[in-house]
Amino acid sequence: MNERKTDVLVVGAGPAGLSCALELARAGAGEILVLDREKKPGGVPRLCKHQGFGIRDLHRVYSGPGYAETLLKKALAAGVQVLAETTVTEWAGEKRVFVTSPRGIEAVSARAILLATGCRERPRSARLIPGYRPQGIFNTGSLQDFVHGYGKKVGTRAVIAGAELVSYSAIHTLEKGGCRVLLMATEFERDQVYFPYTPYKWWSARLHLGIPLVTNTRISNIFGKDRLSAVELENVKTGETRRVDCDTLVLTGDWIPDHEFSRLGGLEIDQGTLGPAVDGFLRTSREGVFAAGNLLRGAEPGDAAALEGRHAASSIAAYLEKGGWPKERVKVLARDPLLWVLPNFLEPGSHVLPRGRFLFRVKEFVRGGRLSVTQGGKALFEKRFSFLGPNDSRSVGGSWARDVRPGEAVSFSLE
Amino acid sequence: MEPYDLAVVGGGVVGCAVAREASKYELSCALLEAKADVGAGTSKANTAIWHTGFDAKTGTLEQRLLARSYMLLLDYVPDRGIPHEKTGAVLIAWNEDQLASLEGIVEKAHANGVADVRLLSVEEVYELEPHVNRDALGGVMVPGESIICPFTVPLSYAYEAVMNGARLYREFPVGKIEEDGGVHVLSGPGGEVKARFVVNAAGLNSDVIDGMFGFDRFHVTPRRGELIVFDKLSRPLVNHVLLPVPTERTKGVLVSPTVFGNIMVGPTAEDLEDKEATCTSKAGLEYLWAKGEAIVSKLMKEEVTCTYAGLRAATEFKDYQVFSHPEKRYLCLGGIRSTGLSASLGIAEYAMELLAEAGLSLEEKKEFRKVRMPYIGQKEKRPYQSEEKIREDPDFGRVVCHCERVTLGEIRRALRSPVPPGTLEGLKRRTRCMQGRCQGFYCSADVAHVFQTEAQKEDHPGEASHE
Repeated sequence: MNERKTDVLVVGAGPAGLSCALELARAGAGEILVLDREKKPGGVPRLCKHQGFGIRDLHRVYSGPGYAETLLKKALAAGVQVLAETTVTEWAGEKRVFVTSPRGIEAVSARAILLATGCRERPRSARLIPGYRPQGIFNTGSLQDFVHGYGKKVGTRAVIAGAELVSYSAIHTLEKGGCRVLLMATEFERDQVYFPYTPYKWWSARLHLGIPLVTNTRISNIFGKDRLSAVELENVKTGETRRVDCDTLVLTGDWIPDHEFSRLGGLEIDQGTLGPAVDGFLRTSREGVFAAGNLLRGAEPGDAAALEGRHAASSIAAYLEKGGWPKERVKVLARDPLLWVLPNFLEPGSHVLPRGRFLFRVKEFVRGGRLSVTQGGKALFEKRFSFLGPNDSRSVGGSWARDVRPGEAVSFSLE
Repeated sequence: MEPYDLAVVGGGVVGCAVAREASKYELSCALLEAKADVGAGTSKANTAIWHTGFDAKTGTLEQRLLARSYMLLLDYVPDRGIPHEKTGAVLIAWNEDQLASLEGIVEKAHANGVADVRLLSVEEVYELEPHVNRDALGGVMVPGESIICPFTVPLSYAYEAVMNGARLYREFPVGKIEEDGGVHVLSGPGGEVKARFVVNAAGLNSDVIDGMFGFDRFHVTPRRGELIVFDKLSRPLVNHVLLPVPTERTKGVLVSPTVFGNIMVGPTAEDLEDKEATCTSKAGLEYLWAKGEAIVSKLMKEEVTCTYAGLRAATEFKDYQVFSHPEKRYLCLGGIRSTGLSASLGIAEYAMELLAEAGLSLEEKKEFRKVRMPYIGQKEKRPYQSEEKIREDPDFGRVVCHCERVTLGEIRRALRSPVPPGTLEGLKRRTRCMQGRCQGFYCSADVAHVFQTEAQKEDHPGEASHE
């Protein structure tokens, strides 16, 4: 078996992985190897034809494919080695992995590893939607691949489940695929697209195409033995059902980090994010292993993932230079109705955070809430929010984190 | 066109096994399947357990054929590379009534010739299964119960049948059977096939086919079994097949590892009218969820990979409905409800005995071609893990389906198999592609593309055209 040695191994060539690799290469951190299992590197943006990528990291507006290509070119120009069609399959030591590619099987050892394996949308089965299993059911991801990747037609009449940002992008993908959108359905009382994206939503769904949004509604049954023929919609408040004839169903959102490789490595998983638990330096529970991007908590815009990748790069550079792994870390807890808070650990005395902030999400709509952070009864931070909605990440600054003491967990709650 | 010596109606696990057995002899055999692929009905949606028959009703035909088949499969399964794991089963009692019935279960197993079945103390149960809920009272160990790949078994039979001269007709539902001077004429929308002898292995429709011969002696009531399959990351939670104490009507809901490395909870048992109602239901999934919660609650925190439902060919009788009619040159293998896979080789062997008695001449062929099935389980090496395979063909290093690590080489190989998949569903059963945790989020467009472009390139040598 071929043995390959590198200074930093990056698993996943999406915005987080490529940005981290680029920064490390520019900083002269040694040999940087990025592996990606897809035929083309670049991650999810490759298939997102719409504009709006790269604002926060590259300060320019790109389309998804343009953004992916730019990041890749920059990384390659900086001397990063990027190998596509290369799947990391197994841990083979503390900082050693096995990979499979058309070249054969290799072992790769590194001084540090970044996991940037991204996220995916939960399939129909994981949402426990009963019914038949016909053709015609997609996630936004597979839909984009069919339409933008292969130029295929998908159907003629679609129902979209979900009403968050990605759900509205599905409208355009369906339209491109020659498919009319009959309606969107969300289990919540309203859509989950918030400022500053509101005009995009209006343009996509109402003003532009006149697509109705059915609220408080979930997909409760699927009909059609070979091809989808109809879905049943159920009002989650009243239990009322109705049938909508359609041949295409797109299940959007409901993200889960692609944490398989993290879990196989025995990394501690945060029960809120379901990604590997990380501290402010994006260090996981395993020495020398870092994580960044949407693996941490599901989908954020590509440029946000890229900035996390850059943050991981500075942590990795410091680790390569000085070594060391925190022995004592304080757990960060998210109390109901908070879904999760990132980072999941803090090193006492340090207020280093990705993009200088804590990121969090709520499970439900909260109007007029007070976010408070405490440690063992001691108040560390407080902030009022007039409005918080699900499927949207919000952030708070974290300079107060330097007051965190060893021992008890830091608790985020919302009243 | 010359009539076939034998036509087997139904390309499920039983029909494929019979066609394979028949292909050992100097006779012409047609295998007629209504769907686009073999093993695409009841055979594809079951609990995938390789039963010992320890709990079958002693002295029934089912019990006898299960016992015989178990021995035959012990040779066949490893020899053909069919994914299986001899996990053993732990039957767990959760209340006093169930605890009291354990001794009877052990006695019955011994009477059925499954001698290694024994009682377990509650401590032993927890030693074997540390993650099950803490309110078990005792159990029974059934070392011989195994898990098996439900897709590979009928495929292996069908491949060997076709490789040894049987002709497969797919999308060939039989609508009518008429007698024409010592020959049966089987016809339907797919065309017409003539045969001297007919075996009815039509599963859910075995009563309908039986009716075409003028009988009205059993009725198939599809008994739906819904299942929930959990993410492979949950595999360490369960070591054995966890069986409940069975009732009169059903074996009950079990929690079992699969050969693919998932954990499965199911099946439900619900009698229906519609023979095609392979849909899951809200009530069924909720019931299974509650059952899973009551057995291994830790499991319910894991992600669900798949839910599905299968229909077992249950009748008003407890035993198989096997009838031989030499005067009509007709053999009925009906009502094979939930043990078809485990009993398949025993049934096929018995079927040939009955056909011989009925006057079908059986002269063994000099040579029988065996198949080695592509391995799609998790216990042994898969192509993506094999340097030799990848060196031989770099496409075995091109992972297309990431969750199940299915390579382009495997997809190509499946498309060139003796019975190539007619549909994407068939490709899934042959390779595992799109069957993993993302259910096609990443690979469905790639797989559909490969299927379309590659399928056009291949010719299908094993396939019977409708002559």
